[in-house]
Amino acid sequence: MSERDYYGFDTLSLHAGAAPDRETGARATPIYLSTAFVFRDSDHAAALFNMEQSGHVYSRISNPTVAVLEERIAALEAGVGAIGTASGQAALHLAIATLAGAGSHIVASRALYGGSHNLLDYTLRRFGIETTFVDPRSPDAWRQALRPETRLLLGETLGNPGLDVLDIPTVADIAHGHGVPLLVDSTFTTPYLIRPGDLGADLVYHSATKFLCGHGTVVGGLLVDIGRFDWDASGRFPELTKPYDGFHGMIFSEESTVAPFLLRARREGLRDFGACLSPMNAFQILQGVETLPLRMARHVANAERIAQFLSQHPKVARVSYPTLPDHPDHALAKRLLPRGCGAVFSFDMQGDRAAGRRFVESLRLFSHLANVGDARSLVIHPASTTHFRMDDLALAAAGIGEGTLRLSIGLEDPEDLIADLETAFKAASRAPKA
Amino acid sequence: MIVDVNAHPTYAYTGGRPFDPTRPVVVFIHGGQHDHSVWALQSRYLAHHGFSVLALDLPGHGRSGGAAIGSIEGIAAWLLAMLDASGVARASLVGHSMGSLVALETAARAPSRVERIALVGTAVPMRVSDALLAAARDDEPRALDMINFWSHSTISARPGAPAPGFSIFVQNRRLMERQRPGVLLTDFAACNAYATGFERADAIACPVLFVLGQRDAMTPPRQARELIERCRAAAARSGLPAPTVVEIPGCGHDIMAERPDALLSALRDFLASAALPPPPA
Repeated sequence: MSERDYYGFDTLSLHAGAAPDRETGARATPIYLSTAFVFRDSDHAAALFNMEQSGHVYSRISNPTVAVLEERIAALEAGVGAIGTASGQAALHLAIATLAGAGSHIVASRALYGGSHNLLDYTLRRFGIETTFVDPRSPDAWRQALRPETRLLLGETLGNPGLDVLDIPTVADIAHGHGVPLLVDSTFTTPYLIRPGDLGADLVYHSATKFLCGHGTVVGGLLVDIGRFDWDASGRFPELTKPYDGFHGMIFSEESTVAPFLLRARREGLRDFGACLSPMNAFQILQGVETLPLRMARHVANAERIAQFLSQHPKVARVSYPTLPDHPDHALAKRLLPRGCGAVFSFDMQGDRAAGRRFVESLRLFSHLANVGDARSLVIHPASTTHFRMDDLALAAAGIGEGTLRLSIGLEDPEDLIADLETAFKAASRAPKA
Repeated sequence: MIVDVNAHPTYAYTGGRPFDPTRPVVVFIHGGQHDHSVWALQSRYLAHHGFSVLALDLPGHGRSGGAAIGSIEGIAAWLLAMLDASGVARASLVGHSMGSLVALETAARAPSRVERIALVGTAVPMRVSDALLAAARDDEPRALDMINFWSHSTISARPGAPAPGFSIFVQNRRLMERQRPGVLLTDFAACNAYATGFERADAIACPVLFVLGQRDAMTPPRQARELIERCRAAAARSGLPAPTVVEIPGCGHDIMAERPDALLSALRDFLASAALPPPPA
């Protein structure tokens, strides 16, 4: 008998969830662009609707191409399953909408992607879901923010944009002590750099638009259930442990001991909110995932070169990259992220806002746009774009200044990227034309 | 539903419908380190198609109280007590792996209580390797990894179970790690020690279905051949139809999740075949 007891990460990136097509022999995963799927007979139709048999009915609920991606990311995260969503934002919303309602409360890291902050701080409040934002580095702040109605703790593996490293084991312990799950955004890290579930997180989501897709082509999200959280023991989630009138009185935790969250999220959240992933986009993301380990290694190697260059540059006041020894989470990063801290980081350049503008506009290889995780290198000014709704106090708390620039390091030759940055520094330091 | 059996609460999933013992009853018996949820699809389907189902959590497993029972004979005795407590006079038994041995043993010792037996992923003897028993005793996580790897023929079963988008591989790992410490060793030792399977097969007086996975590395089909022949001979002696054997191509040990529809089809045909005369008194 083989000594191996599972497949390696690279193998899973290529094979998990996908087999040659039974009908045609197609080796790559086909794009099943079909809204609906034919029933074998009336009994089969009824059985699919009533969850007596597994299969596809309508592509809002499930689709064969999307399912391959879902099962692949589940395997890579060591989760019991996943749900593909229209975007990372849709994945976050699906997680929250499955577990929380009017009167519920969330505790979230204050170092969040601006879009996540908008959802929590503005939009969800309108629906009666309150969020308390805390310093992710302070265990006491997480604990003190808990309320009886708290249903979820939320953070990012690497906070946006200062790259605060989330101490997942500590925050997970706090969540579990309160009987609630920890949801983690692992967009910046992907399962190649960290598997939050191995460290105690219960739910993981991705903007698959970023490194999972890896080529800046499509928008998509993935929500993964690790399958360890005991919803019955918690007693705080009747949505999963009591009969649900919206699905024939189903008690999801009796249907599936380990995956009731996913059952409800698919059968309610996808069904009713409808933010499903297109099979065309799922195919593009699958192409990216096939080379994820190769790309992430190169992204990280390039990012470390660039961060090192910037940290020694006279025009740079600060580089926020946990691989560097002066980052406040350097020791934690070495423990939780031994393969590296990703390829997105920010730095503060010296000079005023105008100098920053000249810098960005002088770059030739770095593209000025609102995205990360492309194969190409990217740059953006967070204070005026991704985080523009935050006031100065909130910006400062999130480690964002007027001169902060965020880079997403791509797969180019690092020497070319360094030369591009050097040229831009020179342009930024030149006095503007009268 | 929860039923007290031998002073311990026992959980049985009833397929999303109220349990009615006046309808034909099908009892699902899970394998080692599992619970009722491995049968979610098949049991839910049958519950909505004319049967009453009890997908059990055996003692010490899942939601049921008590301690895991350390012998197949002991579990069979407990199962008969469970039928009594549930008001079930007679039932068909569907067992997977360890549960298949329980079905076999129960049918042999109480033929008047058992209508039919379906043995899924079965082998007699069901020997457990020394390495796996040692791991179950000394390093349970390692043992669970070994079992999980050997239980699946693929990381790409289509469609996923219980629905598309679920990883049957990781689900099985998580389900096994949910069970209480020590249950794994108790279950596997019970399988390993069960020495009277062939003699019990000689005494079987009801229709038998075998559902085997062609690529099952835990209970390979060849290890069921002698058992099948014994059941065939017993059926001939009793004037019963020969056992039905369904071998699912390319399927591993986790038949319920890898090929849920193929298993359901086999069960549906088997359970729906013509009613038999009552057994001799």
